[in-house]
Amino acid sequence: MTGAAAASQSEGGAGSRSPDKERRERPSTFALIVNNRLAAVGLVVLGLIVLAALAAPILPLADPNATEPASRLAPLFSEGHLLGTDALGRDMLSRLVWGTRVSLVVGFSASLIAALFGSAIGLVAGYAGGRTDQILMRFIDLMMAFPYILLALAIVAILGPGLINALYAIAIVNVPFFARNIRGITVGLARREFVDAARLSGKGPLRILWSDILPNVLPTIVITLSTTVGWMILETAGLSFLGLGAQPPQADLGSMLGDGRKVMFTAPTISLVPGLMIFLVVMSINLIGDGIRDALDPRLRSGALARPSFRTKVAKDRRVSENEGGWEPMPAGAGSGRHPPLPAGISSTRGEIDETETSTPRGLPPCGGDARQGRGGSASADSNAPPVLDVRALRTDFHMGSEIYHATGGVDLVIRPGECLGLVGESGSGKSVTAMSLMGLVPSPPGIIAGGRVGFKGEDLTDASDKRIRELRGGAVSHVFQDPLATLHPLFSVGDQIVEAIRAHQPLSKADAETKARDLLALVRVPNPAQRMKALPHELSGGLRQRVSIAMALANDPELIIADEPTTALDVTVQAEVLRLLDDLRRERNTAVLFITHDFGVVSEIADRVAVMYAGRIVETGQTDEILARPAHPYTRMLIDCVPVMGEPERRLDAVPGRPPAVNRLPPGCAFADRCPRVENDCRQAEIPLDRKRDSLQARCLHPLSPGEALLGGTGAVAAETADASSDESREARP
Amino acid sequence: MTATIAKRLLAAIPVLFGLSVIVFLMIALIPGDPATAILGSYATPENVARLNASLGLDKSLPQQYLAWISGVVTGDFGRSYALNRPVIDIVLERFSATLLLAGASLMLATVFGILAGIVSAVRQFGFADKAVTLVVLIGISVPSFWLGLLLILFFAVKSRLFPASGMVAIYGGGGTLDILHHLVLPAITLALVATGVIARLTRTAMLEVLRQDYIRTARAKGLSERRVIYRHAFMAALVSVIPVIGIQAGFVLGGAVYVETVFQWPGIGAMLVNAISQRDILLVQGGVLVVAASYVLFNLLADVCQTLLDPRLK
Repeated sequence: MTGAAAASQSEGGAGSRSPDKERRERPSTFALIVNNRLAAVGLVVLGLIVLAALAAPILPLADPNATEPASRLAPLFSEGHLLGTDALGRDMLSRLVWGTRVSLVVGFSASLIAALFGSAIGLVAGYAGGRTDQILMRFIDLMMAFPYILLALAIVAILGPGLINALYAIAIVNVPFFARNIRGITVGLARREFVDAARLSGKGPLRILWSDILPNVLPTIVITLSTTVGWMILETAGLSFLGLGAQPPQADLGSMLGDGRKVMFTAPTISLVPGLMIFLVVMSINLIGDGIRDALDPRLRSGALARPSFRTKVAKDRRVSENEGGWEPMPAGAGSGRHPPLPAGISSTRGEIDETETSTPRGLPPCGGDARQGRGGSASADSNAPPVLDVRALRTDFHMGSEIYHATGGVDLVIRPGECLGLVGESGSGKSVTAMSLMGLVPSPPGIIAGGRVGFKGEDLTDASDKRIRELRGGAVSHVFQDPLATLHPLFSVGDQIVEAIRAHQPLSKADAETKARDLLALVRVPNPAQRMKALPHELSGGLRQRVSIAMALANDPELIIADEPTTALDVTVQAEVLRLLDDLRRERNTAVLFITHDFGVVSEIADRVAVMYAGRIVETGQTDEILARPAHPYTRMLIDCVPVMGEPERRLDAVPGRPPAVNRLPPGCAFADRCPRVENDCRQAEIPLDRKRDSLQARCLHPLSPGEALLGGTGAVAAETADASSDESREARP
Repeated sequence: MTATIAKRLLAAIPVLFGLSVIVFLMIALIPGDPATAILGSYATPENVARLNASLGLDKSLPQQYLAWISGVVTGDFGRSYALNRPVIDIVLERFSATLLLAGASLMLATVFGILAGIVSAVRQFGFADKAVTLVVLIGISVPSFWLGLLLILFFAVKSRLFPASGMVAIYGGGGTLDILHHLVLPAITLALVATGVIARLTRTAMLEVLRQDYIRTARAKGLSERRVIYRHAFMAALVSVIPVIGIQAGFVLGGAVYVETVFQWPGIGAMLVNAISQRDILLVQGGVLVVAASYVLFNLLADVCQTLLDPRLK
């Protein structure tokens, strides 16, 4: 039960953050209720059975062993014998209750013995480690090398038939399950600080095992017990059925069933009734066991085990523009026309936002022209061309139990052909969710597109059919993801995967597609493409893997590439190569790129324009060089200050101190206020609009920095924070 | 690849050695005088002496083991006292019947378990999922020896669709069809638990895999949902389902004991039960060793299959 190990670990991790919050987030999904209800049913049934078995001596039952040949094989519901009589005329009801009593006692005793010895072995092996561990676990493995019941048979063969011997046999056979599970947990615990502390305080190993480790493994013991006790009752009954357990006149459910078999054709109920009882007992125990396991397994609780659907759910009643909704205050001074619902055929760009977003100086060379010079500065895109991507007021929520997280709270993005927009932000800022929402790749549940429009060349993708989305995915819109080892299928060769991408959209023969895949690999400068085609992802280096991903993204000549931190998992030199490759390719092919990153250094390499996200909203946007040189928003300034610069060793490398606010409880006003050194009272009053500050710059700030102004105020945090935050991000984006 | 398989084979040798030691110790562990225990208190002194000599009980344990194992390697497991025949003959005869039953059951369990698991995962929380979950729960809770009786009552006694017991019809039986006809009920009975377990784990594995990044990649490529589930997700899930099938082979081989007894299938399980009742220890020893060794070999096979499927495991 490694799940239990993961369970207790992740529970500890979550608990350290905010235990009470975690508890409230428990979803009351239908399935969990049903599971709990089933567990409750099991508890009631088992309770009644146990009660009857316990009360057997005081119940008004006939003597279970009193034979009465005259009334043998009486049918069900006969006078004085509710369940009839057996071949010797003994009262079946009485025998059933007494037999259940024996079966329960034997089954539970076997379980407890197995739990005791198995846990002891597991604790010792896990705590002692080294040779003790090796020898014990080898022996346990050896026991598990026997087919389950066969070992019990061998033990009974040695000890001789009999109920007690059957009990021992079943207990011994189940020892390995406990030993393995408990050892797994103990190994982890033995290296924890509190155990070290106990050791340093002079406690002996036995006391540490007893007082420090045992309490922590107890839940695992309980889970293992609850999942094996049913088996053990079943198997002891089985041995008795075979005539190797209870010997007459003693009877348990199994031996009753075995006896009844002899008269099965004349009086089937004699064997069916005890069997039904075994079934009821085992079933109710299994129901309870499942209930316990579910309750102790937080993965089920958070809904994380839910299957993500083909496409992110789109709320039917979604609000197309921010101001129709009520989850946040209406921006002051923003008219209702600020984020107009997109008409079906968006081509013209109307309104304040559009004008500023596209306010690139006219007359610059279109894409491809003088690419190097234009990098990081001028837009290489034709500012007159209709946008490839036009996102309006996009809101993606995550429903976690009763909480709703507004991962993106009304995002507007415009990208024109050949243009690269850098979407920058800390972990959890919503940039990945924004990117994944475009093509409906946010897992649902728990994700849902709650509002807004995704305009792709005049088509609203939130309204598009599944078929259309599938056509576009990997066709006109392709993705490059962060970690190519996790995002490429581990079992298929990279050639296969590229061929698959090609053939999903082009009616090519396998051979033609393979030729094309080889060409693509050559295009992304993979050496020896023909040979690499057969390679599996884990056989390639990180850089090569990411090239394969890019080749796959280019397979169908996309008009838009969504690159979600494509270089983050790579080391610095490879990162530069991959960036250059992406940049060259998009310029050659006039492909629009949405480039998500947390790193302003990367942005300066590739993006024409930048949008900075914070707490699910865009807080600043403008031309890359302008933002880099003279940001208006203090948050942007701080992010830029995180980037190390060659030859400036004295430069301060400060991470942005503090943490972003939880997106289920956003403060009124500026979400950054708590971390902002320039915060003033009015920042917390009301919603702050994304306003044009100067040139191409728009910022969501009441007290923007003037050009060239540096930030004052202490930022004492460690630079490492941004790095470790990336793991946070994946949790936020794909809970 | 050959090297990998060879490595796995080599790793199985110590396990087989350990098994043989434990099985060998069965006789040494018998409380009291083994020969008397085996032959019973009414045994003639000559028989006791003969058995003691053939067991080599006057020598040291390692010597006894060496003598025993060298016999085992050449196929000499000793003689059955109850049946007065070489153990190896009886065991092989019976084991082939068990292999047929267990093999059929495991095949049923694998096919239906995986299908049910996939349906359950794909329709998570839907009606099919709930139905599968319930059936699985019943399947792993129902005593197979009771289920066997139920099936006999309904399909052999009441409706006479299938024979109630045996492997071949007494008159004119023995053809393949006849054996298959006899196989249906016991195979279903034996398969039920394993089907449930495999279905459960397939469901979990599928749900786990469907959350992986490479499934998102497959969807981002524009593949059909069918291809995503049955190729990308299923192949990855299969890697973790195969060892489960290997383990279930052990439960099926063990569970055969009950089913063979209920259906009077002439397999090794029913034989073992009789041998234990008759204290025919040498027969038990031989039977247990052969079944356990075949289980080890089957797990080896599952291991190799898994490696073939997932080259990362090399």
